[in-house]
Amino acid sequence: MGFARFGKISYVSETKLQDFEKSLEAGKIMGTKCKKCGRLYFPPRVDCGCMKGEIEWVELGGDCRLKTFTTLHFAPASFRYEAPYTLGVAQFEEGPTVLAPLSKEIREDEIKIGMSLRLVPVELMGGRMIYELRLPESR
Amino acid sequence: MRNVAVIGVGQSKFARRPDASIREIAFEAFKEAVEDAQITREEIQASLVCSATHYDKQRTPAGIIAEYLGLNPQPTFNVEAVCASSGVGVRIGWSFINSGLHDIVAVVGFQKMTELSSAEVQEVMGRSGDVMWESPFGTTMPAYFALYAQSHMQKHGTTQEQMAKVAVKNHFYATKNPKAMFQEEITIEDVLKSRIIASPLKRYDCCANSDGAACLILASEDVAAKIADKPVWVAGLGLASSPMTLTGRDTSYDSFDCTVEAAKQAYRMAGVGPDDVDLAEVHDCFTITEILNYEDLGFCERGQGGKLVEEEQTYLGGKIPVNIDGGLLAKGHPVGATGASQIRTLVKQLRGEAGATQVEEAKVGLAHNLGGIGMYCAVTILKT
Repeated sequence: MGFARFGKISYVSETKLQDFEKSLEAGKIMGTKCKKCGRLYFPPRVDCGCMKGEIEWVELGGDCRLKTFTTLHFAPASFRYEAPYTLGVAQFEEGPTVLAPLSKEIREDEIKIGMSLRLVPVELMGGRMIYELRLPESR
Repeated sequence: MRNVAVIGVGQSKFARRPDASIREIAFEAFKEAVEDAQITREEIQASLVCSATHYDKQRTPAGIIAEYLGLNPQPTFNVEAVCASSGVGVRIGWSFINSGLHDIVAVVGFQKMTELSSAEVQEVMGRSGDVMWESPFGTTMPAYFALYAQSHMQKHGTTQEQMAKVAVKNHFYATKNPKAMFQEEITIEDVLKSRIIASPLKRYDCCANSDGAACLILASEDVAAKIADKPVWVAGLGLASSPMTLTGRDTSYDSFDCTVEAAKQAYRMAGVGPDDVDLAEVHDCFTITEILNYEDLGFCERGQGGKLVEEEQTYLGGKIPVNIDGGLLAKGHPVGATGASQIRTLVKQLRGEAGATQVEEAKVGLAHNLGGIGMYCAVTILKT
């Protein structure tokens, strides 16, 4: 329950952000926004840096651009059978950034910094929830 | 304000060390530093034991190391800032002396990275980033720096050959340092043909896990004046941090803000600028990191780091020799020992005791020690 099913593996299950996982299951990428100062957060956080705020959940469109990427051929133990895989940092149209895997459907020679991508919730085998970066036309 | 000098330096051989435990490796460096300083260990009033403790089997290793070195009942504790642990240790030691609390302090940096099984190391490595939002996707240390490499290549045209040149340089100088882990020269082709770890970084773009220790004896001005033949002064200190997550940082991914900030502090305190530095030890955990460091420390303009090494301006005889002891890439990177080892190299240079790699008339040296995925940075400037 809670946050324990987020990620390909999970290190942290206890957090005030439990609704994030439920939203992913419902197909939504949620960030948080401060009602006082207006700052938008992704990854979401429940405490605004302005220290005066009150946080609310907001849905992000998912459209983003790739800022940088790498393909890992040497992985941590739990990811040994996944390698090679590509991770990227992408910036949402709304401003914040996300570190996420790139879909294996994207060929390595297609990947270019600046390309348009879309962050999409994905349910893995065993009920784990992640998000990944896909080509914008893909759903 | 009391000035602080480095009056003694020591280092163990950096290598895979199945022959010795952490306390024994630390002792090798400590003994050399105490003899170099010409003091007795009873004169040491506090010890700072620096390591990334997640690599240690021993919990709170300052306990056993201070005991083995004979430093009870003086104060001791662990200093942990991952790869910048002993760089941070120098700052704490300086504060102890500058404040008048102590006159002589030992900074002992060590790491035995091969003590854990490779499965344990892999597990630890898998938690090097934010465990809520990044590690669940399988990030690694090389991957974080690879993300910077990819961005720097895109923005500034930095090439894989230029990155390879950093490894070639540092392996070349390691052959002149008997305490370095690697003792063989490599070529650009060797680097380019080595297996990909996290693109564009290949095996020779990455430093190897290593075991070793380094020790510094710091002393107040009064003590140094009495007992040191060639004291080397801690003239500038900078320490800064950056957000741990890549999503919390500036999105250009071509610079480490904590380096820029720490360098600014250290230059200001020392009253020098980048052009005054005669040689530098910078944190080359990966080849790309050395290139970013050149730029962040002001040794060249932003984007020109690749060209600087390509033109051999960071070789001995160039504009600014960098990592002419082999650096992390080839001397080895026993995480907690690295910051102290960098300062040992500078002290030897500033005393004129560096042998084959001596920089002529070296008066100002700069050590740059980066922690984790570019989130802590300690810059130390030394003067004769």
